Amino acid sequence: MSAGAIQLVIVTPERQLLSQSVSEVTLPGADGELGVLPGHAPLITELGIGELRYKEAGGAASEPIAVIRGFTEVLPDRVTVLAETAERPEEIDIERAKKALERAEKRIAAGPGTQDIDWDRATASLQRALVRIKVAEYAPRKRSVAVPGH
Amino acid sequence: MPTLLDFRRRIRSVKNTQQITRAMKFVAAARLRRAQESALAARPYAQELAKMLRSIMGRIDEPQHPLLAVRPEERVLVIVLTGERGLAGAFNTNILKKANEVFRANQGKKLSVIPVGKKGRDSLKRAGFEFPAEFINVLAKVEFSTAREIATLVTELYTKEAIDAVYIVFSEFKSVISANLAVQKLLPVEKMEAVEGESRTDYIYEQPVEKLLDRLLPRYVETTVLRAMLESSASEYAARMTAMESATKNAGEVIQGLTLHMNKVRQAAITREIIEIVSGASSTA
Repeated sequence: MSAGAIQLVIVTPERQLLSQSVSEVTLPGADGELGVLPGHAPLITELGIGELRYKEAGGAASEPIAVIRGFTEVLPDRVTVLAETAERPEEIDIERAKKALERAEKRIAAGPGTQDIDWDRATASLQRALVRIKVAEYAPRKRSVAVPGH
Repeated sequence: MPTLLDFRRRIRSVKNTQQITRAMKFVAAARLRRAQESALAARPYAQELAKMLRSIMGRIDEPQHPLLAVRPEERVLVIVLTGERGLAGAFNTNILKKANEVFRANQGKKLSVIPVGKKGRDSLKRAGFEFPAEFINVLAKVEFSTAREIATLVTELYTKEAIDAVYIVFSEFKSVISANLAVQKLLPVEKMEAVEGESRTDYIYEQPVEKLLDRLLPRYVETTVLRAMLESSASEYAARMTAMESATKNAGEVIQGLTLHMNKVRQAAITREIIEIVSGASSTA
């Protein structure tokens, strides 16, 4: 099934986000980005924090999906993403992400070795916030309509 | 002898109660639908995760992991999932009965309990249990973060070897009229064998299998807790809906009975009056 399509399934503990036939997927693997085309060898990997992109079977590139940690199982005709969190651009609360970014930056600016700072956690939350903000920018801009007076 | 007015009052009061039970039934029905949906939505993740775990465990001859370590069960932790509120028929009682069975089966061992839900907390506290932790007001809206909190707590206790086994007691949602009381072993995670029909694919593992196992197992525990919470929440609403439906029906029957009595009393009063008038008229005539 080399010329075929991949069934891309994205699930989180709370819901199934997506189940669609696609021609190409790019995943944020824990050890670097991972491109998957139909016919890929079976693979299991951990996911990091980043954006997932795919191309629909028709060819159009999708909006990115913010993925935060999880696992992926790749089969020749199927990619299953088990993400802890997966959000579409329009689902992201950008204000919250910006606040989280600020907090994380402040904590990191205090420097490693400072007391009461969990370095890994601070950098992880920085990364999460950055990915969320970046992905959120793809959201259709309807905010000025939705909130009159802005 | 109750007067007409007494009957009217009682009928009105029963009617008020009936209105409340009916409203509660509708609320429970709406919540049940939502709870069922989220229980259903959580299923694919749990299934895929279990599949992945099975595949990885199948690849390792003797999987070694703190969460897989089997020790003689001397200190047992039981997580009891009840409801937050009553008026759900025998829902809470049944779960507590099941929990008691588990306690009795583990007699002589050191028992600790983590209650989830107010009803269970109150009742178990009265029974004299001490809790390492309790989770209240988390079942109305089940969230993954709560499941994670509970899972992290027990896995920590388990890895520190403060406890030897963790069980979770909850009500499994079968249908609106039936639930199954389940006792599930949460820790140690039981070894999983490849399921028949599931192809044993030779995967490329990007990370070492041991590391993947180390990441997958905590997720698996979290998902198991989440599933138990979602199931419990759905069966609580189902139990409440059924209980409120029969309460509404019973109230209807009481009203009918009271109305019948009231009419009899009224009839008797009218008859008596007529007799008085007639006898009065005939005596003067």
